Amino acid sequence: MIGDGILKGLAETARNFFGSYVSKERLTTVQYPEEKLPQIESSRNFPFLVYDGAEWDAGMRCVACQICEKECPPKCIFIEKSKDKKPDAVGKPQFYPARFDIDISVCMSCQICVEVCPFDAIKMDVQFDLPTDDRFGGLMLDRHKLAKSNEYYHEIHPTEASAVDAALDAERAKAAAAKAAAAAPKPAASAATGTAAPPQPPAASTPKASEGEAK
Amino acid sequence: MTSPEPGHEERLLEISMGPQHPSTHGVFRMNVVLDGERVVRLKPVFGYLHRNHEKIAENETYLGSMPYTDRLDYICSLTNNWGYALAVEKLAGITVPERAEYLRVITAELTRLLNHAALLGFLLQDMGASGTPLMYAFREREKILDLFESLTGARMMCNYMRFGGCRVDTPAGWLDQARKVVADFPRFLDEFEKLLVTNEILMERTQGVGVLSRELAISSAISGPMARASGLNYDIRKVDGYGIYPRFSFRVPLGSHGDIYDRYMIRFLEMRESLKILEQALREIPDGPIIDPKSKPRGFRPKPGECYGRIEGPKGELGFYLISDGSPNPYRYRVRPPSLINLTVLEDLCLGHNVADVVVILGSVDIVLGEVDR
Repeated sequence: MIGDGILKGLAETARNFFGSYVSKERLTTVQYPEEKLPQIESSRNFPFLVYDGAEWDAGMRCVACQICEKECPPKCIFIEKSKDKKPDAVGKPQFYPARFDIDISVCMSCQICVEVCPFDAIKMDVQFDLPTDDRFGGLMLDRHKLAKSNEYYHEIHPTEASAVDAALDAERAKAAAAKAAAAAPKPAASAATGTAAPPQPPAASTPKASEGEAK
Repeated sequence: MTSPEPGHEERLLEISMGPQHPSTHGVFRMNVVLDGERVVRLKPVFGYLHRNHEKIAENETYLGSMPYTDRLDYICSLTNNWGYALAVEKLAGITVPERAEYLRVITAELTRLLNHAALLGFLLQDMGASGTPLMYAFREREKILDLFESLTGARMMCNYMRFGGCRVDTPAGWLDQARKVVADFPRFLDEFEKLLVTNEILMERTQGVGVLSRELAISSAISGPMARASGLNYDIRKVDGYGIYPRFSFRVPLGSHGDIYDRYMIRFLEMRESLKILEQALREIPDGPIIDPKSKPRGFRPKPGECYGRIEGPKGELGFYLISDGSPNPYRYRVRPPSLINLTVLEDLCLGHNVADVVVILGSVDIVLGEVDR
């Protein structure tokens, strides 16, 4: 009979319309500003710089190696290396970024900077409400705005952060063991190799274990 | 039928459809010459979304182009990733671990579901079924996008595949979540088919309209669902058997008329076949590494040579042609975009039909302007 198909389709619309009153499956709308969906853990947005300890300036893991600047596909990272050195997360004296800017109007959130970073210093943020009325200065994030604590990193990406911490702890232990080994049996060798006997890291070695969570 | 009556040439009306017309799926313009309501000539104008993808890629490292491929066909970023990764792997002779191959198949087939669901919604919207089918389609698409976000970190710009595998392993519970989405999907398909497939108005509007003959499809290198709707049995998953597709049992649906209705139906049938592949892949996925341990993100320099890697994207044959001169950047990088090549027959499909049919025919071709213009 002609008109059959139309009626069948209308029955389907009716089922969805009335179903939306009883079934969550059929009414998936979320009233956004009042109600928000839970954050998905691995979601990513723009990069930020991780620092250990309490002071963003002293604890910054970045050593200004400029690999991310080179590898960034849209070239949105601008780094200036410092003239002096400070101890990094493992305790070795390293340069630090005197200037570290990310132009988030150019950034395309590909996270290649995160993949190439050998120091686990740059990670992806989840914050997405970044509107500003200044489209040049407001979207050019400097190193102070980019710096976020390791605790914040744990909050947004717990699994990933625990794995990173476990790896860093292992590295610190290895560095400490190497130092001990170098210092104990052959003091002469140590004197020969290391004029750079590293000073104690101030706040870098805050141990955050929980290795069980690491993948 | 296609030429104006003699003496009436001066009465032809030339109109410009697009580039900001909502039915043009982006920024696409058509110069349509009309005799009354009938289309006499149609000239597509594109390039509004040209972003110099291929030239930029020559100045990027091989990995640096991977996030740009997301932006080709921005509805199906994961298949674009796969096409590019496949070409580079062929160029450099990298092998892919078992689990990564399964993850690639799973994400690619989910992308196919997502693309076809979105396309059917848009196509029905173009025909005037405003809103409702599109909302139903997008409700299902959202579930798949959630899966993508929890796996890759982004809903649409996934940047997931790497040369020799995938970037991250699945988070805890992801496979179960994917199994649930796949198990629920047939219900949506049943409902969606009931909604409009047997609708008399839709059949009147689409059957016998925009017919693409098998011969024309072959001679114009049409690929993907559009070619299969014309009865051309050509699916690169079967022909090349790239990845691990030969392990899965699935069929290639074929149309017989090549009209809009066939192109509409073929997408339903392909989604059902994709679900079959997904069920098998999600059942058999092994544990193991997800990336070749030799593959590093930095310092990748393939040996001089050239290669063409292609996959069956949701829209057709997506190919990447690369020439390496041994440096970290490709010497030449070229994309074979299925959208653009399927679009070349638009005038042949539209001639003699009403101007309102042009919108529907364009919708059934399934283009994304990011890929047409690159």
